[in-house]
Amino acid sequence: MNQADPLVLPTAARAAEPLHVARGTRRPTAEPAPVRWLLIAAATLYLGLFLVLPLAAVFTQALQHGVAGYLAAVTEPAARDAIRLTLLTAAIVVPLNTLFGLAAAWAIARFRFAGRGLLRAAIPLPLAVSPVIAGLIFVLLLGARGPLGPWLADRGWPVIFAPPGVVIATLFVTLPLVAGELLPLLEALGAEEEEAAVLLGAGGWAVFWRVTLPNIKWGLLNGLILCNARAMGEFGAVSVVSGHVRGLTNTIPLHVEVLYNEYRFTDAFAVASLLTLLALVTLLVKHLAGEHTVAEPGAPRAGREAP
Amino acid sequence: MSLRAYSVLPGFGPALGFTLLYLTLLVLLPLAMLALRAAGLSWEQFWATVTAPRALAAYRLSFGAALVSSLVNVAWGLLVAWVLVRYDFPGRRVLDALVDLPFALPTAVAGIALTALYAPEGWVGRLLALAGVQAAFTPLGVVVALTFIGLPFVVRTVQPVLAALEPELEEAAATLGADRWQTFWRVVWPALVPALLTGFALACARTLGEYGSVVFIAGNLPLQTEIAPLLILIKLEQYDYPGAAALATVMLGASFLLLRVVHLLQRWSRVHDEPS
Repeated sequence: MNQADPLVLPTAARAAEPLHVARGTRRPTAEPAPVRWLLIAAATLYLGLFLVLPLAAVFTQALQHGVAGYLAAVTEPAARDAIRLTLLTAAIVVPLNTLFGLAAAWAIARFRFAGRGLLRAAIPLPLAVSPVIAGLIFVLLLGARGPLGPWLADRGWPVIFAPPGVVIATLFVTLPLVAGELLPLLEALGAEEEEAAVLLGAGGWAVFWRVTLPNIKWGLLNGLILCNARAMGEFGAVSVVSGHVRGLTNTIPLHVEVLYNEYRFTDAFAVASLLTLLALVTLLVKHLAGEHTVAEPGAPRAGREAP
Repeated sequence: MSLRAYSVLPGFGPALGFTLLYLTLLVLLPLAMLALRAAGLSWEQFWATVTAPRALAAYRLSFGAALVSSLVNVAWGLLVAWVLVRYDFPGRRVLDALVDLPFALPTAVAGIALTALYAPEGWVGRLLALAGVQAAFTPLGVVVALTFIGLPFVVRTVQPVLAALEPELEEAAATLGADRWQTFWRVVWPALVPALLTGFALACARTLGEYGSVVFIAGNLPLQTEIAPLLILIKLEQYDYPGAAALATVMLGASFLLLRVVHLLQRWSRVHDEPS
């Protein structure tokens, strides 16, 4: 059964109604204007206090030493090292987790097999794990006292307190993000178009590039951008495995913490503002991608024509 | 009998193989390692570690603050979802997009920004000081940080349900003589309860293990403002690996339990939605 159908008719019916019946009368299913404005004011106040104020705080604090001080803070060597490691981490993590997301979504949404429900339930697990615990499990597994630690050390491959540890911990915390976007999308789309393509003689890659990918591109973009934001901003897990080696294992969030703990508050906020800008771009792209996804639960107001 | 139903689509083997390998290496094996480490302790040692006064205080703060902040977010999240779905006003689209900010903003950035705001000399802290309240470096600060982190969950679970609610139901209630308030409590509210509970449980699960946004604002005094994830980190830094693993096992058990509750709630709400 198509779940979207019951949603379509009321939307269309509502749009057909006249917007105002007559001056001074209100529809019996609407609240009186003062109540409406009171509720809007309360909601705006709450979002302003918890979302807008922190954003404003970041940028005002970041610019306390002027533009020159800001530029100096974000271009000093330690900051550049942190930016480099963060970009490197994201460049490894995002493609790998995208590959995983595509493979997992394809296997789970398109095939019925034993253990499918269990596999589906296992994918979101990293989201329920505290970032500190996410870091801890890799220290236990790969650290000097873990079962793989001595073997890695013998080969001169330090993982924990080294960049590979940062990458692995980030892989873990961002693992479900692309899969979580693609899986419900593929399930909602159904397999008919792909089956038709196969029956018409298309090969596996042709089906993927010409049927599946065009259908999921906005969801995929959404997943990519969320995965990237989390990969660049992850703090707890990376903090545990990094050992805070300056110039070697500091990512941007860890560099922010170092500056903050050295009471270089303005510099800390200047570097933090880079991540804040990234977050704002992420929200913008997510919003634009959401407008392209038809009848997605997150975009209930997306206009849709009645059949 | 075959273990999978027949399909004409290609790629099942490689896709499933890669998925299983990736998930095993990155998630299942490391999580199993945690259980193995915790199992290295005898039952008495394990029990003594996880019920030490410092551990109990940390659990109390982490669980208590997660609970309080999630309740705050249920009330305000319902209001925000209602306003964003039902009313049109200048700035609505911007506010709607901003609701996801706690997902996108790195937790360390949220932590230092909230600390700057709620410190005694900060914009909000100054106002609170007039009322004789100190938020930063107290348990209240922990609640503030977790409220920020949990904000999107209730809003985003209630929004689609509210948008899909058929206006005919409310119109019928009004026709039968119900006022707006009665319509809300008797018609709209029951339909929203599953979504509210799901959002609440999701917010709890997310905030329970939160670290980055909390450590800056909490003060981190043992027995007073020390959250459970921080205590795990401290044990790790003291090379008390089994102790860290024991505390982590308890936290992880609670998180997975919450995830299970979310799953059951979602199934329950689907059963409710399904027109037979």
